[in-house]
Amino acid sequence: MTADPTDLARPLLHRTFRLQWEEAQRSWVLLYPEGMVTLNDSAAAILQRCDGGHTLDMLIDDLQAAFGVQGIAPEVHAFVKHATERGWLV
Amino acid sequence: MPLSNMRPNAAGWSDAVAAPPPGQPGPPLWLLAELTYRCPLHCAFCSNPVDYARHTAELDTAQWCDVFSQARALGAVQLGLSGGEPLLRKDLEQLVRHAHGLGFYTNLVTSGVGLTDARLAALRDAGLDHIQLSFQDSTRELNDFLSSTRTFDLKQRVARMIKAHGYPMVMNCVLHRHNLPHVGTIIEMALQMGAEYLELANTQYYGWAWENRLALLPTREQLLEAEAVVREYRARIGKRCQILFVVPDYFEARPKKCMNGWGTTFLGVAPDGTALPCHAARMLPGLALPNVTTQGLREIWRDSEAFRRFRGTAWMQDPCRSCDHREEDYGGCHCQAFLLTGDPAATDPVCERSADHGKVSEIVLQGRLAALQARGEVQPMVFRSDGNSLRLSAGRK
Repeated sequence: MTADPTDLARPLLHRTFRLQWEEAQRSWVLLYPEGMVTLNDSAAAILQRCDGGHTLDMLIDDLQAAFGVQGIAPEVHAFVKHATERGWLV
Repeated sequence: MPLSNMRPNAAGWSDAVAAPPPGQPGPPLWLLAELTYRCPLHCAFCSNPVDYARHTAELDTAQWCDVFSQARALGAVQLGLSGGEPLLRKDLEQLVRHAHGLGFYTNLVTSGVGLTDARLAALRDAGLDHIQLSFQDSTRELNDFLSSTRTFDLKQRVARMIKAHGYPMVMNCVLHRHNLPHVGTIIEMALQMGAEYLELANTQYYGWAWENRLALLPTREQLLEAEAVVREYRARIGKRCQILFVVPDYFEARPKKCMNGWGTTFLGVAPDGTALPCHAARMLPGLALPNVTTQGLREIWRDSEAFRRFRGTAWMQDPCRSCDHREEDYGGCHCQAFLLTGDPAATDPVCERSADHGKVSEIVLQGRLAALQARGEVQPMVFRSDGNSLRLSAGRK
């Protein structure tokens, strides 16, 4: 079981995974040994900011400013938890 | 390789990949470059074609680089550098550098023979993303017997070097009657080595494994026991190491999608430039396989007769044609269909709806009898070698 991420956590993309834009698929993908996950735009926007420098709080502020929205913290927390469980984030 | 990992939305998280225009295939997401058929090992279940010794030509560096560029332009993302033993190519570092520069996720599929500290560093520098290292067993005796080499200790050393260089590592072990009882110790070995993934690939019966089927086929009890061990470990180790275990087709009632759907995801290129919709497709009769030295990859992928032959559902006969599952399994494996019925367009006999399903049960039964007769002893096998390749393929095509 993974604990809920705290707002001070600084999520980082695991080095086995690579995030990249794929023109042929018109989407962001996560590549790992012999596999690929196709990401929707919001998942990609979150993962792009998981650089080990941003805390979750900073990341949420940044996303809300970039997309002109409010109140997305629960969704971001849920995704970061999911991504951590999948081993994408450390 | 787990092609299922290449299905869009494997995560269950994301939106669907934009569907290709009607009548057009999507991109060949997986490019498998079989750089050479040369190999220091002689595995009795090798996935190279039985007649490999009759195909000795190899594309040169510039030709491979061009194939990579063309495939990337079509949307390929994963590149498997395989063989034979790809380390026998002296230009491997150059090929990796080119592929990495194009944006491929680069996977080296190797026996470990020839992997030195210096080469690991050079490959890292060239941008190699991941290494898949094969073992034949967790014991020296069986590893060395099955590959007809003395490589067990070398592979152990190579595994430590791979991790010391910081690569993610997939450990691959092909399973059958002789090592299925060792699944627990094989998992322990992967954990000790720090492998991120363990691919327990049950033998599928075509190519060399078809020649050796009666010496390799497990019993259903062995499979169930091994599966239980895998389940137990999965629950215990969590995400430290992801274990893939695929039940061999012969023990299933429903067939699996051939290559995730023929001509939908996978594009293989043999050492001599032959383009393959499935790595075993060379054995299928009447399939005019295109070659990258005489045709562009886009044309091969989109329009060639070979890649269109079993794409979609239009080629199907009954019972597939009218079956509710036709879009789920696309009729299964054509190589199995050919080997068991003589017709690659027949329903895969693994399917319980196939009129030839009894043939699969019969082989499984023969395998059980052979196992009983052997009383735990390993029977003689036909090892992959140039001599055996030429002998077995004499008179074929």
